[in-house]
Amino acid sequence: MVEKRPLLDFVSHGVLILGAIVVAFPIYITFVASTRTFEEIMQVPMPLLPGQHFLENYAQVLFAGTTTGSRAAVWAMLMNSTIMALAVPLGKISISIISSFALVYFRFPLRNFFFWMIFVTLMLPVEVRIIPTFKVIADLGLLNTYAGLTLPLIASATATFLFRQFFMTIPDELAEAARMDGAGPMRFFWDVVLPLSKTTMAALFVIQFIYGWNQYLWPLLITSDESMYTTVIGIKRMIVGGDAANEWNLIMATAMLAMLPPALVVLLMQKWFVKGLVETEK
Amino acid sequence: MEKRVVFRSAWLPYVLVAPQLAITIVFFFWPAAQAVWYSFQLQDAFGLQSEFVGLENFKFLFRDPHYLQSFKTTAIFSVAVAGSGIALSLLLATMADRVIRGALVYKTILIWPYAVAAAVAGVLWAFLFAPSIGIVTFVLKAMGVDWNWIINGNQAMLLVIIASVWKQISYNFLFFLAGLQSIPKSLLEAAAIDGAGPSRRFWTIVVPLLSPTTFFLLVVNIVYAFFDTFGVIDTTTQGGPAQATQILVYKVYHDGVKSADIGGSSAQSVILMIIVIALTAVQFRFIERKVQY
Repeated sequence: MVEKRPLLDFVSHGVLILGAIVVAFPIYITFVASTRTFEEIMQVPMPLLPGQHFLENYAQVLFAGTTTGSRAAVWAMLMNSTIMALAVPLGKISISIISSFALVYFRFPLRNFFFWMIFVTLMLPVEVRIIPTFKVIADLGLLNTYAGLTLPLIASATATFLFRQFFMTIPDELAEAARMDGAGPMRFFWDVVLPLSKTTMAALFVIQFIYGWNQYLWPLLITSDESMYTTVIGIKRMIVGGDAANEWNLIMATAMLAMLPPALVVLLMQKWFVKGLVETEK
Repeated sequence: MEKRVVFRSAWLPYVLVAPQLAITIVFFFWPAAQAVWYSFQLQDAFGLQSEFVGLENFKFLFRDPHYLQSFKTTAIFSVAVAGSGIALSLLLATMADRVIRGALVYKTILIWPYAVAAAVAGVLWAFLFAPSIGIVTFVLKAMGVDWNWIINGNQAMLLVIIASVWKQISYNFLFFLAGLQSIPKSLLEAAAIDGAGPSRRFWTIVVPLLSPTTFFLLVVNIVYAFFDTFGVIDTTTQGGPAQATQILVYKVYHDGVKSADIGGSSAQSVILMIIVIALTAVQFRFIERKVQY
């Protein structure tokens, strides 16, 4: 703090409190709606305090789904989301840590060409090439499979770049010492590079977990089978029409369930999360 | 940047890069090439036959008033999302950088939306603004605003902008906060001693020093508004009413998946690819320049 400005402090807190309320309000209302009955929500205005039907609503969506929209049970969707949210970061981290190790610690023909091939993928999100990618997945017979859900999202250069940047900061003396002691490249990788990369891996894991969990367009395209729905897709399938046709209490309970795991990851691993975010993008 | 110490092996590096290259080729280069190929084809309504039509699909697109309208919609949408998102989060980050008491609480609440999927954010805000039962609609009606985004295009646009900005505010906030914390305190103290008040310091020291962060966020937010807001739009307005919120990426999806116009949709994909590549190039040029500082 440069100087004391009581009025400005007061204004700062005011702005922050206002901001926090606006940011938290939709989530609070979602929670309230998830603890009420359908009739209670249909009142105008709906009640602003949590009701008595928390267990009832959550039990219904977890095991039976909605009655007007999708009837798929949400626990199965949570499983699918979990598989996706784990497979994407694990796949990305494992393929990109070895490829960036090769790109940094070896000189070989076509190295630069490979580097650029991976680099170009940075530029094109899945959204741009949905139809052809969908066709590729269909041709490979991967519709409605976990492989189809996750593999196209693993093809991205962000992680490779992060690791490459990090490997550049590992002192050359370590590699020299390893070579002097007669360690081969893979021995060096397992015993030196991998342990040093723990922080980077943790940060990447947090970001990619959220990315995988929150995927929407891709699972929407390739999952037609209810048993393959992720939670986010499940919510979309529960919304069937106008305000009165949707069982908002159940939709909101599902929305709470869909928000909870990534929110927990963000809150509990805040340090890794911020590090991962700021570093992945730079 | 190159390593001085390297290992030698005739085959190992190829084995190590193979998995990533395989995935990149199968799920990236192959589809991207197909998108370009389809964009030169015209398929019949049943998808049984296709003929090579050259640039016909592109010519058709640029004569199609819906497509040109979609360009305009995307421009308004992305400028609004990026502009208001950056302004709001800069305000919040500047305030959060000042206060000491409660800083962690504010920060924790403000980063929460990052964890929420875009599609879920859309559902949340659609519920708050629902024409007949929404709680915000109720307040608006009490204030005399006739709110119904199902039939009013401008209100639909406002809704998707609010939901998209809400979702992205955490991200911008964290970057601005990191940027603010890296500004040397000595600069601000020196200015204060010379008699510059808080607002003068903000405009003449903080804003210029944050400009790299702001520019970076501008590009990221525009890319976000172009692509990642698909979930927001699909769970709220679905491009409607009367295409008032049909941004480019939504039109690619709508024409390709819903209307099965593969050629037209692929041509749109190709145009989008060119836009993204241009945006990325701008961003990289800027990063190159920053490195020299």
